[in-house]
Amino acid sequence: MKSYKAVLLAALTAVLLGGQAVAADKLRIGTEGAYPPFNEIDNTGKAVGFDLDIAHALCEKMGAECSVVTSDWDGIIPALNTRRFDFLVASMSITEERQRAVDFTDPYYTNKLQFVAPKNSDFKVDKDYLKGKTIGAQRATIAGQWLEEDIGDLVNIRLYDTQENAYLDMASGRIDGVLADVFVQYEWLQSDAGSDFEFKGDPVFDDDKIGIAVRKGDPLRERLNKALKEIVEDGTYEKINAKYFPFSIY
Amino acid sequence: MSWAERWELIVRWAPMLWDGTLVTLQLVGIAVLVGLFFAIPLGLGRASRHWYIRAVPYSYIFFFRGTPLLLQLFLVYYGLSQFEVVRDSVLWPYLREPYWCALITMTLHTAAYIAEILRGAIQAVPPGEVEAARALGMSKRQALQHIILPRAIRIGLPAYGNEVILMLKASAVVYTVTLLDIMGVVRTLNARTYQYEMFFLIAGLIYLVITLLFTQLFKLVERWLKVDASRNR
Repeated sequence: MKSYKAVLLAALTAVLLGGQAVAADKLRIGTEGAYPPFNEIDNTGKAVGFDLDIAHALCEKMGAECSVVTSDWDGIIPALNTRRFDFLVASMSITEERQRAVDFTDPYYTNKLQFVAPKNSDFKVDKDYLKGKTIGAQRATIAGQWLEEDIGDLVNIRLYDTQENAYLDMASGRIDGVLADVFVQYEWLQSDAGSDFEFKGDPVFDDDKIGIAVRKGDPLRERLNKALKEIVEDGTYEKINAKYFPFSIY
Repeated sequence: MSWAERWELIVRWAPMLWDGTLVTLQLVGIAVLVGLFFAIPLGLGRASRHWYIRAVPYSYIFFFRGTPLLLQLFLVYYGLSQFEVVRDSVLWPYLREPYWCALITMTLHTAAYIAEILRGAIQAVPPGEVEAARALGMSKRQALQHIILPRAIRIGLPAYGNEVILMLKASAVVYTVTLLDIMGVVRTLNARTYQYEMFFLIAGLIYLVITLLFTQLFKLVERWLKVDASRNR
């Protein structure tokens, strides 16, 4: 009788432990799904994009089986902390405020600001040229802030409510150039409206680091960092990058 | 954020808020004065007994009263600039500036309303007074100049004062074409300081104070023109 109990206990322990081991290899990726081309929902309802490609590559390196959970941007950090998913890959900027609520991995890409101007203009990113020029940006963006803080005394700044209006005014010649996130600019340059325009000069700002968020103190962070390093080193990252942008965003 | 920090922010950005207030005052002030000037022929035409004289002012007023100011502003600012003809024309140095676009739109917009106020006022002039003027041997023109218009202006003045205040508040849309009026400054400060409730509240106070000033100004003008006396028919 006793030995029967012992066997049962052993079996139960094995199942529990085994179950736990399997569970540890099942991870849930959290994302938003409304920020193309980084994360968006495709026609079949699946979340796709740069963020998802990176997340799946990381899962592969960690040997984990991953599923995807989407959440609204407003509630996305609470969703992580209430364990609706295990790590958040949603193009989230690493900021001090957020670091109080969650831990971030090393950055997996960097947001940069770069000027766009008409192809036929001699637009140059130097103080002599920019003096007295009129530059547009979207209000309440890093680009608008950068213009005001870094070259506010040099150029006339026009702040627009939407990015689209800034481009409209550049097309009609009211402003000499537009400063915005390099990804936003790139998307527009690909469109018909943007065909007569191009990037000018080097990116002027590259401090906006984008990281993967995990719950505070979660050892998953170290595993993700290790996997991130691996995909950067073995060229997987570069391949995913090239699928979306012809320039490196790391 | 403590009160001291708030106060420090207000002091720091007060010059920018003041500049914004001046932009708003300038736009509204010029628009309602030039608008009044345009409104006189429009209002007279609108009050005409002949349909072919009425038709043009009627269509003009119908368009500008029937569509939102924001839409008119976008049509002038973003719409006109789409045409190369406009961009190559002599008007482009003006039309490329958001300030001029806002001023033109606001003036055309308010002219329609003022014309309608004027039409109502002209038609409210007691017919007996007009007949009396004609009976005294005044020509149509003389009657218009000495009797009808002075009476109509006094009848329409309170409504005109109301229109000025409405334009003041409507002018808040010009920030959408990058102008730094009161609203534009406040939106920019919000993006910079994240003190939304404080700066929106300050904007509200500025608009209230200007409204108060306009109200007092019109009271003075009404007293000067003896609007009250002319009402006691």
